[in-house]
Amino acid sequence: MQTIYEKPKTLIDTSTHFCPGCGHGIVLRLIAEIIDAWGIRGKTIGLAPVGCAVLAYNYLDIDMCEAAHGRPPAVATGIKRVHPDNIVFAYQGDGDLAAIGTAEIIHAANRGENITFIFVNNAVYGMTNGQMAPTTLPGQRTATTPAGRDSANYGYPIRICELLAVLDGTSYIERVSLSSPENIRKTKKALEKGFTTQLEKKGFSLIEILSPCPIYWRMDANESMKYIDEDMTRIFPLGVVKDWTQKN
Amino acid sequence: MKLLLTGNEAAAEAAIQAGCRYYYGYPITPQNELINYMSVRMPEVGGTFIQAESEIAAINMVYGSAAAGARTMTSSSSPGISLKQEGMSYLAGSELPCVIVNIQRGGPGLGDISASQADYFQAVKGGGHGDYHTIVLAPSSAQEMANLVYDAFDLADKYRNPVLILGDAQIGQLMEPVEFNKKPKKNLPVKNWALTGAEGRERRIIKSFYPVKGQLEEFNAHLQRKYKLIEEHEVRYEAINIHEADIVLVAYGTSARICKEVVKKSLRFNFKVGMIRPITLWPFPKEITRKLSESVQCILTVEMSAGQMVEDVRLAVEGRCPVHFYGRTGGGVPTSSEIIRKIVEILPDNSEVNTLLQLVEAK
Ligand SMILES: Cc1ncc(C[n+]2csc(CCOP(=O)(O)OP(=O)(O)O)c2C)c(N)n1
Ligand code: SF4
Ligand SMILES: [Mg+2]
Repeated sequence: MQTIYEKPKTLIDTSTHFCPGCGHGIVLRLIAEIIDAWGIRGKTIGLAPVGCAVLAYNYLDIDMCEAAHGRPPAVATGIKRVHPDNIVFAYQGDGDLAAIGTAEIIHAANRGENITFIFVNNAVYGMTNGQMAPTTLPGQRTATTPAGRDSANYGYPIRICELLAVLDGTSYIERVSLSSPENIRKTKKALEKGFTTQLEKKGFSLIEILSPCPIYWRMDANESMKYIDEDMTRIFPLGVVKDWTQKN
Repeated sequence: MKLLLTGNEAAAEAAIQAGCRYYYGYPITPQNELINYMSVRMPEVGGTFIQAESEIAAINMVYGSAAAGARTMTSSSSPGISLKQEGMSYLAGSELPCVIVNIQRGGPGLGDISASQADYFQAVKGGGHGDYHTIVLAPSSAQEMANLVYDAFDLADKYRNPVLILGDAQIGQLMEPVEFNKKPKKNLPVKNWALTGAEGRERRIIKSFYPVKGQLEEFNAHLQRKYKLIEEHEVRYEAINIHEADIVLVAYGTSARICKEVVKKSLRFNFKVGMIRPITLWPFPKEITRKLSESVQCILTVEMSAGQMVEDVRLAVEGRCPVHFYGRTGGGVPTSSEIIRKIVEILPDNSEVNTLLQLVEAK
């Protein structure tokens, strides 16, 4: 019998702590698939954030390091400088990367650190029960914006890709989403491109992934996918924002 | 060969000699000679120097390089060390070896840039959150700075624990002759926990998160056992003229240099002044302090603070003899005359006050 679909070896066989319909598990699986396909388990080092994905190391069978909330870019820098030939990636949520860790990501980008950043944007703080994130949409109801995010008071969603793309240190930046099988395939391609960027020593790469958090969006899985396609992508347009292979 | 170096430069060179190849820092007076020196020396020896975007980033870069198995260091002064506390708690919680240098300046807040010892509590009581300790070493000269920084890397590796060097603006900026003659230590534990990529072995995880009930308490028990070992084996201090002393001074770093002068001058007095200079502030030299409290009339702790180390002295003495305090704050440095006045004031038999003061003031 021919196997046409199986669990990646790098994905540890265990029960998940993510909520039903959560995007984090999909992203971790895609990472595991790439590690398997490329045979890079032995040289990959991952950074887990503080956020719902803190237990990423429960799922990925590779060397992994925790970092304090928002600090993965600095910790990853310290690791990559010691092991420049390893593949180092940092996995971060929107609170982690775009609020408390803004300084660290901007300066890692500005130094052109040869590291791949996987930025999971679910527009809320999942782990702490769904408060406003820097990426929360105007009008979006969260635990700390119960009447909806009022931009006059709470500002606007931060577009990290566009913000970092203006820095000379960045090489590859793309925004993708998990809203459909097609978009998940595109997400995998983007992750591969991020790792390629690093393997070819081209410097800083970041893939922003629009990811569902049905629990704190107070939606079911289907509504969440629709919300990504119809609402999130209006603020966070999908596509390549910067690509070193396109430079003259 | 002796080189004329500031304490800051001595710290930097000693780190290089100890095999540190990853330095991350952020400018702040009075430790600038250290970061500047590293920016030149690290590239010379093929190491990494990064001027980080903040002390927070610098300590987290240290966390990364330590996790990757390398000898790594950062340095700063008081306000910057406050910013590093989160990282230090994580380093202790993940049991990562590294060296952190604090060239203390006056506080609180922005304070000033002159010498101070007001970060003692922060240094020895934890500073960051959680039940943890860093090993704290207190040099009192440029030479000792070099020696202790060298030893700090060995201690860090031996115990998988961050080591803090607690200096001050005078120790950091005073130029003195320094010799680098330490030899690499053998038999340090292999770093079989470091992240290198899991090629041909089981994967490794560096973390301080223990969400399963009971695991964190178990891990804390392990930390406490380790701290107990450190307390049993790593206490260091210098004792001067403590035999048959009537009064013993306790001081570290710059204050200790001044107290040494007092001990010298006191040789002409009709009572004996001895001195204990803690070299490890944590673990604190409790045993010798306790012993002395049984033989001396009283103890005088001298600090450039409002009275911080004196609390540890009192804890060791447990009321067996009076423990007095003399301190200057906000960049003030005690003079030997001030200290002698204080001694005369607190000694039970001070009938010869005037003669003593004349002696001192005549120099
Ligand atoms: C210094 C610090 N502040 C706050 C927290 C609490 N905290 C944990 S996760 C989190 C936000 C996580 O949100 P995000 O990064 O978007 O990740 P998600 O859970 O949504 O995937 C916060 C505020 C913390 N652990 N440390
Ligand atoms: S709270 Fe949201 S982000 Fe966190 S696991 Fe649940 S669905 Fe996923
Ligand atoms: Mg989030």
